[in-house]
Amino acid sequence: MYAQNVDTGVTRLRSKDELSDAEREFQDRIDNDIRIEPKDWMPEGYRKTLIRQISQHAHSEIVGQLPEGNWLTRAPSLKRKLILLAKVQDEAGHGLYLYSAAETLGVSRDEMQDALHTGKAKYSSIFNYPTLTWADIGAIGWLVDGSAIINQVPICRCSFGPYARAMVRVCKEESFHQRQGFDIMMTLAQGTPEQKQMAQDSLNRWWWPSIMMHGPRDEDSVNSAQSMEWKIKLFTNDELRQKFIDQTVPQAEYLGLTIPDPDLKWNEETGHYDYGEPNWDEFWQVLKGHGPCNRERLQARVDAHENGAWVREAAVAYADKQAAKRSTAVSQVA
Amino acid sequence: MKEWPLWEIFIRSQHGLAHKHVGSLHAVDAEMAIENARDVYTRRNEGVSIWVVPSAEVVASSPGEKAPLYDPARSKVYRHPTFFPMPDEIKGM
Ligand SMILES: [Fe+2]
Ligand SMILES: [Fe+2]
Repeated sequence: MYAQNVDTGVTRLRSKDELSDAEREFQDRIDNDIRIEPKDWMPEGYRKTLIRQISQHAHSEIVGQLPEGNWLTRAPSLKRKLILLAKVQDEAGHGLYLYSAAETLGVSRDEMQDALHTGKAKYSSIFNYPTLTWADIGAIGWLVDGSAIINQVPICRCSFGPYARAMVRVCKEESFHQRQGFDIMMTLAQGTPEQKQMAQDSLNRWWWPSIMMHGPRDEDSVNSAQSMEWKIKLFTNDELRQKFIDQTVPQAEYLGLTIPDPDLKWNEETGHYDYGEPNWDEFWQVLKGHGPCNRERLQARVDAHENGAWVREAAVAYADKQAAKRSTAVSQVA
Repeated sequence: MKEWPLWEIFIRSQHGLAHKHVGSLHAVDAEMAIENARDVYTRRNEGVSIWVVPSAEVVASSPGEKAPLYDPARSKVYRHPTFFPMPDEIKGM
């Protein structure tokens, strides 16, 4: 998802009687659905894992603006441009809510950004794919924001208060994103044969990355088990992926578009769609930095940060000057 | 360069409720904090009034003292109206 393959630092899940008193008390609170707040005692592993997960989520929101930003100046009408601008602006807000939530754990914004810019921190694999046509903006809203909703709604109930509260705000804004994407797809699918073909081509390119975005298969992952024990992950990757597929297939049928998976078929017995195996090799390559746009995305972030440095410095200098002026004014009155 | 200070943001919605904490953000001064809060937290008419408070100025009760701090309230159940049984015949109370 927006946070993929988050390392918890554990090699095996410990049973309750292996925990220290403080750890056991902490785990009891989580088991009883009592939210953990920033100033409460927490195991170091919980804190570190959350910083990793929330900051990775935040980086995804910020880097996620880039593929869509590519079409802001090329949107086919003023109305579409305004809508896309609003959507991309929302994503900047999501990044901010999440960075703020992570900051309550004692990590600074600068540290997190630094980790992104130096390649130490990850962001979602999905944003390393290019947006080649206008239809890709539709596919992203429909499939990527659609996946985001499925992933983020449960996090509204996660064990860490600031993360859960940030997710509530995010989720309120997310359905607008998905609908604007579907609306673009619908317009193209019901348009000229060329437009419909453009929509199909976009679905062909975005389907598998969207499937892989939910993360690797996680049956045996100790990180996943630990995160679920801590309730900072509430469903497995496979559960979320299945939910996404079950929800999306009928939508594609409505659009008259074909999902590029020959193994996709309804399974009467399980009540779910069966689906084919994605190319996990590609997924790991993208995660390691070898996707089609990894370098370009990171460079765009670093450039924005460096080219904006003088603005940040000037704002501080101005604020200092104003504060100095105010304090002389006050001492003159006195 | 030093990081911009952190501000806590409170918004009052149109429905006459009290200001409510909605999140935090970085800004160089109060004026910028209000402008950023408007852009981030009121894009969908969520509010008609914004308070910004430097996070460093917030004094919080300590979570470790939760038990002693709230203990005095626990033994005083008579502060709740349901403590007093009312006969069925009595209406409007
Ligand atoms: Fe988002
Ligand atoms: Fe979104």
